[in-house]
Amino acid sequence: MAGTEIDVKYVAHLARISLSPAEEQKIGAQLGNILGYIEKLKELDVSQVEPTAHAVPLINVTRPDEIRPSLPTDEALRNAPAKANGLFLVPKIVE
Amino acid sequence: MEYEAVIGLETHVQLKTKSKMWCGCANEFGAPPNTNVCPVCLGMPGVLPVANDEGLRLTVLTGYLLHCTIPRFAKFDRKNYFYPDAPKNYQVTQYDKPSTANGYLDFEFNGGMSRVRITRAHLEEDVGKNFHFDRNSGVDFNRAGVPLLEIVSEPDITSPDMAYAYLNALKDVLVYGGVSDCDMEKGMVRCDVNISVRPKGQKELGAKIEIKNMNSFSGARKALEYEIPRQIEVLTKGGKLSQETRRWDDVANITETMRSKEQAHDYRYFPEPDLMPFEPTEAWLEEVSKRVVELPLARKQRFMVDYELPAPDAETFVNDVPLGDYFEKAVASAKNRKAIANWVINNLRAKITETQIPLAEVKVKPNDIPELVALVDNGKISSKIAQDVFAEMFTSGDSPAQIVEKKGLAQVSDTGAIEKLCDEAIAANPKSVEDYKAGKVAALNSLKGQVMKLSKGKANPALVGEILEKKLKA
Ligand SMILES: [Zn+2]
Repeated sequence: MAGTEIDVKYVAHLARISLSPAEEQKIGAQLGNILGYIEKLKELDVSQVEPTAHAVPLINVTRPDEIRPSLPTDEALRNAPAKANGLFLVPKIVE
Repeated sequence: MEYEAVIGLETHVQLKTKSKMWCGCANEFGAPPNTNVCPVCLGMPGVLPVANDEGLRLTVLTGYLLHCTIPRFAKFDRKNYFYPDAPKNYQVTQYDKPSTANGYLDFEFNGGMSRVRITRAHLEEDVGKNFHFDRNSGVDFNRAGVPLLEIVSEPDITSPDMAYAYLNALKDVLVYGGVSDCDMEKGMVRCDVNISVRPKGQKELGAKIEIKNMNSFSGARKALEYEIPRQIEVLTKGGKLSQETRRWDDVANITETMRSKEQAHDYRYFPEPDLMPFEPTEAWLEEVSKRVVELPLARKQRFMVDYELPAPDAETFVNDVPLGDYFEKAVASAKNRKAIANWVINNLRAKITETQIPLAEVKVKPNDIPELVALVDNGKISSKIAQDVFAEMFTSGDSPAQIVEKKGLAQVSDTGAIEKLCDEAIAANPKSVEDYKAGKVAALNSLKGQVMKLSKGKANPALVGEILEKKLKA
C-alpha cells in the first residue's frame, strides 16, 4: 500500500524527540503506512454514526467536592531532577 | 481613513470549589509550594482523574447566569503542549463539546446598555505557577488542576473602555452568583485579548492579534489603549499586520511579539480517555438552576422601577444583598418608600457599622420601619423624636408605637398645652421678644427652640411657630 506523506521532522518537534536522519526515514515510512490504513477506513460511510467520545459506555463519573490528603512535599519532589525551597527546578523559562 | 477596533476577550476564572477538579487536593491560595499536590495533579503515570461534581455544577450555573444553552452532552479533551507549568504535558479542557454555549452579558456602558455575546464558557484546569530565578525557574503545582472556566466572548467589543466595563460586569455576575471569588490579587481572574483593526465600514476582519499576560482589568484596558493605535499606525504607513501573539509588558506598558516558534499552535486535541462524558439529567439541571440568583444589573433596575428609588440607593441594595432583602421586607406594604430606604440606609446601616451587630441579629423588625415612618408622616412624633425612637428600637427591639407609648413621646398638638409653654418661654426671654418686635425675624426661632426644650421635644413644631407668632403680634 502506498504510504501517505508525513512531516516527520515537525511531528518529532511537537513531541520533543530528536531523530537521526536514518530514524526519520524509518519512522516516517512506518507512520506513512499507518496513515495509509486510516485512509482506507475513510472509505466507510459513517455519516449516520455518532462519533464515539469514549470506548467505555459510562457517563457522569464524578466525586463529591471534598478535600483529601495531599502528598508530603518531600514525597512529591522525590523524583525531581532538581529542587529547591519546595519547588521543582527547571531550565530557565523564557517567554 | 478611519479605523475601528474589533475586540474579543477570553476570560479565565478559578471556580470556588473546596478541592481541585480531578483530585482531592485543596483548592487553596497561598499554601507553601507543592503542599497541595498528589499523583493525579502532578501527572504521574497510572493515575485516574475523577471529575469534581461541584466544578461541573458551577460551570453550568455560569452558563445559566450568562443566558447560555446547556448542551445535554459534554466531554473533555486533551490539549497537548510542553511547558514546565503543565505537569501532564497536556491540559484537560473541553474542545468541541463544551458544557455551555451561546449566551450573552448585558451591562451598563456609556450611559446606556451594551450586550456582548458569549461564545462559550468551558471547563478546564489551571496550570502550576512559575518563579523565575537568575539561572533557572521553579515550579509550584499547588494551582495545577484547580477548576478553571474559560469564558470566550464574541468580537462585539469596540473600545478599551467597553472591554473594561464588560470585564467588571462579568466579574460582578460571577461573584454574585457564587461561582468565583474573582480575587485579582490572587490570580483568580486572568484574561487574554483578541484584537484586530479594520477600515470603518469594511466587513472582513483584519489580522487577529492575541495579547497575553494581563493580570488586571486595567492592564487589559491599557494593553488595548496601546495596541489599537499601534495597529492603525502600521496600516496607515502602508504596512501589513499578520496574525501573532503578543505579550503585555506591564512595566514598560507596551506589547511585544512573542517568539514565533512558541506561537505555533498545534495542540493536537483528542478526547480525554481518562474522563467519561457528562450528560446532565433533567433533575441535575433543575438542582443547578435553583442556585441561579438575580443578577446585579437586574436587581438594580428592579429596585429603581418597583420601589422608585434613585440609582445610588438601588446600588446600595445591590452591593449589600442582605440589607436590600431587609428593605424589601420593610417596604412590602408601605407607601413612603423613599423614607423607608432612608431609614434603612442612613440609620440602620449606620447602627450596624457602629455596633458591629450583624444584620441577622438586629432586633429591629422590618415591619417596624414603616410603622415609624407612619408615626412621623401622621404627625404623631417629630422627625427628631423619631431618631430617639429608632435608637430605642435598635436597643430593645420594641415596636415604635410601644416606645412612644411607654416613654410618652407622642407629639403634643394640644393647643392649650402649647399656649402655656409659649407663655412661659415669652416670659423667660424678654430679650428675644424685644428683638423680634424690632424686626429680627430670627429671634422667633430662638423662642421656638425654648418651647421645644420645655416640651422635651414633643411639641408639634409647626403649631409652636404658629402660636408664638400669634402671641407676639398681639
Ligand atoms: Zn492533587
